[in-house]
Amino acid sequence: MLPIEKAAKKLNKKQEKDRKLAEAELQTNISEMEKYTLPSGQEIEKESQQPPDLQLILQRIKEVQHVLGDFKGRREPDRTRQDYLDQLIKDLCAYYSYNEFLMEKLVQLFPHEISEFLEANEVQRPVTIRTNTLKTRRRDLAQALINRGVNLDPIGKWSKVGLVVYDSQVPLGATPEYLAGHYIIQGGSSFLPVMALAPQENERILDMSSAPGGKTTHIASLMKNTGVIFANDANKDRAKAIVGNVHRMGITNTVICNYDGRKFPSVMHGFDRVLLDAPCSGTGVIAKDTEVKMNKDEKDIQRCSHLQRELLLAAIDCCDAKSSTGGYIVYSTCSILVDENESVIEYALNKRNVKLVPTGLDFGKEGYVNFERHRFHPNMKLTRRFYPHTHNLDGFFVAKLKKFSNKIPGAEEKTRVATEMADSVNVAEDVKKEVAVKGENQSGEEPVKDNKDTAPGKKDNKKKGSSKWNKKDTAKKTFKPGKFKKFKNNDGKSKQKKKPKSKN
Amino acid sequence: MRPLTDEETKSFFDKLSKYIGENIKLLLERPDGSYCFRLHRDRIFYVREDLMKKAGNISRKNLLSMGTCFGKMTKTGKFHLQITALDFMAPYAKHKIWLKPSAEQQFVYGHHVMKSGLGRITENTSQYEGVVVYSMNDLPLGFGVAAKSTQDCRHADPMTLVAFHQADIGEYIRNEEALL
Repeated sequence: MLPIEKAAKKLNKKQEKDRKLAEAELQTNISEMEKYTLPSGQEIEKESQQPPDLQLILQRIKEVQHVLGDFKGRREPDRTRQDYLDQLIKDLCAYYSYNEFLMEKLVQLFPHEISEFLEANEVQRPVTIRTNTLKTRRRDLAQALINRGVNLDPIGKWSKVGLVVYDSQVPLGATPEYLAGHYIIQGGSSFLPVMALAPQENERILDMSSAPGGKTTHIASLMKNTGVIFANDANKDRAKAIVGNVHRMGITNTVICNYDGRKFPSVMHGFDRVLLDAPCSGTGVIAKDTEVKMNKDEKDIQRCSHLQRELLLAAIDCCDAKSSTGGYIVYSTCSILVDENESVIEYALNKRNVKLVPTGLDFGKEGYVNFERHRFHPNMKLTRRFYPHTHNLDGFFVAKLKKFSNKIPGAEEKTRVATEMADSVNVAEDVKKEVAVKGENQSGEEPVKDNKDTAPGKKDNKKKGSSKWNKKDTAKKTFKPGKFKKFKNNDGKSKQKKKPKSKN
Repeated sequence: MRPLTDEETKSFFDKLSKYIGENIKLLLERPDGSYCFRLHRDRIFYVREDLMKKAGNISRKNLLSMGTCFGKMTKTGKFHLQITALDFMAPYAKHKIWLKPSAEQQFVYGHHVMKSGLGRITENTSQYEGVVVYSMNDLPLGFGVAAKSTQDCRHADPMTLVAFHQADIGEYIRNEEALL
């Protein structure tokens, strides 16, 4: 071998060795990166005394999410999943400034895409406007606005009246077109419940909590100013905004009133369709109102949920199942929490004769059938959820219900029993009087029968579902007073008769 | 909610006829259904009859509005026409004024109309007659009273007022609270 060849071989060997070493080093680096360790108690304490280092927190969020992605392979052996989750929630709260309760709920909803969701909440949704089809067409409106220096586009295939505004040189809420009622500024997600409601011309429709009137005016324009719309809102000051918008948009078929929605069935019912855009915690519109991040706790959610249940039952009671064209109720919220959506619907399904039907919206995510410990009705997948990070709309929930009977399960039983009890008590009193007046000799059987009926406890047990009994009873009830009069007359006669008898 | 009394009807129709003349009867006799005027809490509403009947279910305290509000009766028994009536006045208006684009903004902010902003005016408008104000692309903006007759307008200098402002669509955001 030539010396130069030897040297070359040596060099090759050396290079090979270096490469191997480098690879080994790289491997160890990677494994070090993979083995992420949670901060210990001391570290956390130390950190809490310093101002939060956002960079570090973000880094840690990513690490923990990475570990949770393949928990078996990447965990530290002595730490539980809960430790990691707690750390993640704490860090997310610190980084995006939420309270822990809400963050926990959100992590449950979006175990994988939580970061995307939270990031989406930091940016505003695009401004959208809805064309008032009563006064103009979308193309004409777009042209007029472009002439004023507004940059806009159609909102998407799903709506024929919406426009997205990218930027504008004039204030959109004060152009002559706005003032003349050619359009209204309305979030894209607010179109959805009205599209789901699908109002027909000449129907009677109730919008239960309608301020500031965006959805009401949408309904009216779909109905082309025919039929009747009742726009209700519990808050009188906010209801003024409905008046302004309805008049500005040139809508003439609307009655605006100010009731507590829960009492509306006693004012009026028999509506063909009812829209309930319920008041909610606003967890879907955090981008719009960032205070929600901090100021909502368990109590608030419970309170909202309770009110929503009451309102939904009232909305269902307002609706008429026998309507030839309708009988539909649409429930929507701008919240994404299950407690305010699926739970409320489930409650209504159990309490009233309603069923879920498809919303008619061909996009959006299906509602949850199983969520955590909840097991909802299988049809819950017909409801629709919308999220800021997937649809670039406000977080929203839409459900459409069809009422198939005006009977209220349970309630009629109660009222029937109650009235019967009251009646039977009355009858019993009457009978007592009768007996007291009559003495002993007249038709002794009947009072005994009545006494049997008046035993209330027995009756409740017997009554369930046996209509025959019921019929008999009602017949008796109507019959009784007449009889009683007769007796009374008889009494009078008998007394008169008796007196002479006694004289005799 | 109740029908108007004779006095109210008189002052109301007097005012309305200043703008739309005898076209008032077109408002009452419509081919698409019967309409009527109703007074509720000093406001006069123009409302379809079946709608009015349904609104009767709502108690007086809770009823805020129905159909279209035309204006309010003042305490002295005069009628005050509001911007919300514009939709029904614009198509029937007898006398019109068109504004140049530069003057639109001014009028919508509640100012009177000056000769310099006047684009067009209906022939033979006499002084102090009710006029409906339009933009040049035929968007109704409000209404007012002619300060000068058409003849006088021709040779008035640019700074003189030609129409007094009464109501404009800017009130929907300036004055929303007072609409009802």
